[in-house]
Amino acid sequence: MPEPDDLMWRIAGGSGDGIDSTSQNFAKALMRSGLNVFTHRHYPSRIRGGHTYVEVRAGNGPVNSRGDGYNFLLTLGDSFARNPSEDAYYGNEEAKPLTENLDELNEGGVIVYDEGLLDEEDVEAINLEERAEENGWHVYPVDLRGIAREHGRDVMRNTAGVGFTAALMDIDPAYFEEIISNGMSGEMKEANLKVLEDAYELGQEVEHTHGWTAPEGEGHDEEQVLLSGSDAISYGAIDEGCRFISGYPMTPWTDVFTIMSQNLPKFGGISEQVEDEIAAAALAIGASHAGVKAMSGSSGGGFALMSEPLGLAEMTETPLVLVEAMRAGPSTGMPTKPEQGDLEHILYTSQGDSTRVVFAPANVEECYTQTRKAFELAYEYQIPAIVAYDQKLQGELRNVPESFFDEEPNADPGSVLTEEEIAEAAHHASDKFKRFLHEPEDGSNVSPRSVPGQEGGRFLATGNEHNEVGHISEDPENRVIQMNRRMGKLDDIREELDATEQSHQTYHGPEDAEYGIITWGSQQDTVFEAVDELNEAGHSVKAVGVSDLMPFPETEMTEFLESVEHAVVVEMNASGQLRGHIQKELGKYGDKLSSLLKYNGNPFEPRDVVEGFETSNGDGELPHQRMTYVPAAGD
Amino acid sequence: MSAFSAIGADSETDDEAFTPGIEPQPTWCPGCGDFGVLNALKKAMPEVGRNPDEVAVFTGIGCSGKLNSYFESYGFHTIHGRSLPVARATKLANPGVEVIAAGGDGDGYGIGGNHFIHTARENHDMTYIVFNNEIFGLTKGQTSPTSPKGHKSKTQPSGSAKDPLRPLSLSLSAGASYIARTAAVNPNQAAEILAEAIQHDGFAHVDFLTQCPTWNKDAKQYVPYTDIQESDEYGHDINDRAEAAQAMYDAESKLHEGEILTGRFYVDDERPSYTAEKQAIGEMPEQPLAERYFDEDAEWDRSYDLLEKHK
Repeated sequence: MPEPDDLMWRIAGGSGDGIDSTSQNFAKALMRSGLNVFTHRHYPSRIRGGHTYVEVRAGNGPVNSRGDGYNFLLTLGDSFARNPSEDAYYGNEEAKPLTENLDELNEGGVIVYDEGLLDEEDVEAINLEERAEENGWHVYPVDLRGIAREHGRDVMRNTAGVGFTAALMDIDPAYFEEIISNGMSGEMKEANLKVLEDAYELGQEVEHTHGWTAPEGEGHDEEQVLLSGSDAISYGAIDEGCRFISGYPMTPWTDVFTIMSQNLPKFGGISEQVEDEIAAAALAIGASHAGVKAMSGSSGGGFALMSEPLGLAEMTETPLVLVEAMRAGPSTGMPTKPEQGDLEHILYTSQGDSTRVVFAPANVEECYTQTRKAFELAYEYQIPAIVAYDQKLQGELRNVPESFFDEEPNADPGSVLTEEEIAEAAHHASDKFKRFLHEPEDGSNVSPRSVPGQEGGRFLATGNEHNEVGHISEDPENRVIQMNRRMGKLDDIREELDATEQSHQTYHGPEDAEYGIITWGSQQDTVFEAVDELNEAGHSVKAVGVSDLMPFPETEMTEFLESVEHAVVVEMNASGQLRGHIQKELGKYGDKLSSLLKYNGNPFEPRDVVEGFETSNGDGELPHQRMTYVPAAGD
Repeated sequence: MSAFSAIGADSETDDEAFTPGIEPQPTWCPGCGDFGVLNALKKAMPEVGRNPDEVAVFTGIGCSGKLNSYFESYGFHTIHGRSLPVARATKLANPGVEVIAAGGDGDGYGIGGNHFIHTARENHDMTYIVFNNEIFGLTKGQTSPTSPKGHKSKTQPSGSAKDPLRPLSLSLSAGASYIARTAAVNPNQAAEILAEAIQHDGFAHVDFLTQCPTWNKDAKQYVPYTDIQESDEYGHDINDRAEAAQAMYDAESKLHEGEILTGRFYVDDERPSYTAEKQAIGEMPEQPLAERYFDEDAEWDRSYDLLEKHK
């Protein structure tokens, strides 16, 4: 088998078997050993049991995606199997973590399965021996449950699995000991440490038929932290002075909502779990109206309910930050599977002409910086800002230098006036504050606001069209002035983003490349890895990951598209929504853009993108059905 | 000068202070009961002792939604049925602001019914005035949740097969700590009840009977009325939940039989407001959150310390 540069380890089992926490600890241990790590999480929409796995990829080089396939499978079996009969719909769930994962295991890979949980006939039934021979796999049956039972409880099979893995891969068990020692106490700690030790010893004793070990960590220049996209969005919000969150649970948005709810009270903030998503967004508007920096969010279906308050925030020019954590749709879709199918929904939902900012961060770092920017723009320009990400980025962990987050907080509520400033500001002859000034004094499109309780700042906020003091008005002239002013903010924001040279678009590959790949959000770093592979294989390709979806980076994208002969838009949806958006915003390029689409519930792997690009280039066709290629118009 | 100097300012106000200097022409029909709400509210304010800058009035959609166009204070005319969630967050963000929400029977008991239940349940310190004219007015006369059974309209041509909703009983079940019913035809009682409701520390629900002379000709049904506090027959203990429930049941049964009972039905002064409950469990700051953004000495912790557990 080829010597793998990176360790690509998959732990599989049933939901509720501790797969998630075990993988997190595993990733953290590898990070502490001096490697870069990246995790990918796959789980069913069930509480207990079913097919769940987490992949941990680790290496000394940059590790930005789950990689292609994986090299090491640890199956714990599904202890919550509830359909043991062979003809049951779910099949043999105990065997499932083993059977369901084999298709993606790379040639020459290693399999460790729990023979304490699986009967011999289960293993025979899937022809494991035969398949192993065909693929050069190395199979290690081991009684993980037996080891766990000896010192504690069955559920400690995961610790046994980690100990056995560590021995097979020659990883120093001290990293795992340290994590167990710090994370547990009392009998639990002692039992787990013994399980780890026994399993490690056993792993050393068995004959190693595979000939490779985990890469030895070269170390990090500075302290690293292991964070998910949801952690980073939450921390970005906190650092931007967000102290109010309202929400309703819905996967995968629940992640941010939980992190914020657990932390905000400690920071002197308020968290509200409310009756529905309409209320959630409405509360965020009410808090923001009162002068507090506020956030809400949801996933597709819940975000649909927010369509109405979202428009209210636009019309009343109340700052608002919403998070949209996408999952596969339509309707309830696949609750725990990623998709980028809500783009058009996020851009245009709500009646009338949309004036909102939409960012789609690509990774943990961007989740932090773009959430901060979303708050800054929302409060400065009095406009809703949406941070769109998906179930993939929500749950995946990667290491980032701690210093990345060493940023000053910014609690500035933006264009809110102090009472002294209100006294000086424009008022109607009747003393009513001109909250919605037709021509703001600084020549911008932002008319500064007051908040309830401030002396002299009285105004009416209304979702109806309104005049300068906020009273309902259907005067045609006023209508046009107010519409132009509100919509003009998008141009101002575009200019600000350009002027600060903090482009949110990320480029990769040789500047003079012949072909381009365009992608957005969580698929960016996977695409970049594929671009490296393609260039190494002799193609001439560059890529751009688009984060600014509204306002759209017209100049940047025009430059990119003019510089290439053809571009493939890579996205996780069935209708090519970004491709459509580019054509709408730029008004052309229908003949220059093709689409590579994946919407089976799994994100792209680098090799998917390589195959897709080669197809677009006329060098073959997609070898399997899990993706769709849509050629450019006229092709 | 503090950031919110209007709050708690020792200013004597009269009802004129709550009349906008640029009063838009009311779009309410002549004889509309909504004028009764507006006037009662203006009349209540000097009693409450608040000035226009420290009051925020939140409305939904419908004829009632125009209330804050004709009432001088901070105003937020939200969307259909959503005045309560917007209003209660403003109260959480700045408990010093006097928060009043208003809606119609369609807005408040129909499309906004869910928010009504949950806002009452949480017992936010605010006042909710429902303009109850038993009809959709602004959309021109459709059957509403409080329209009587058999009510005929363009959308219920054979007459409604539904029993009307019982707002007082619903409010009690949901958890409101002050529940009263008054009527536009009784301006003195209305102003008195509104002043009391606003000063109540908890969720005060006032079902305000308003006649609709255009779409609900039965509007005259609201005359005459009986004040249950002044009638020997109905003198129940307003602090007793069971007696209040019975009184509400009677009042709601008799409404469509032609006997109109108004007055205070239930008052619970013991139950802490939501703000107090949240402060007690440490999930609500002592200082109004909104003030911190104007406080130059405020310290803003950053997320950096949270990174420890990610190492």
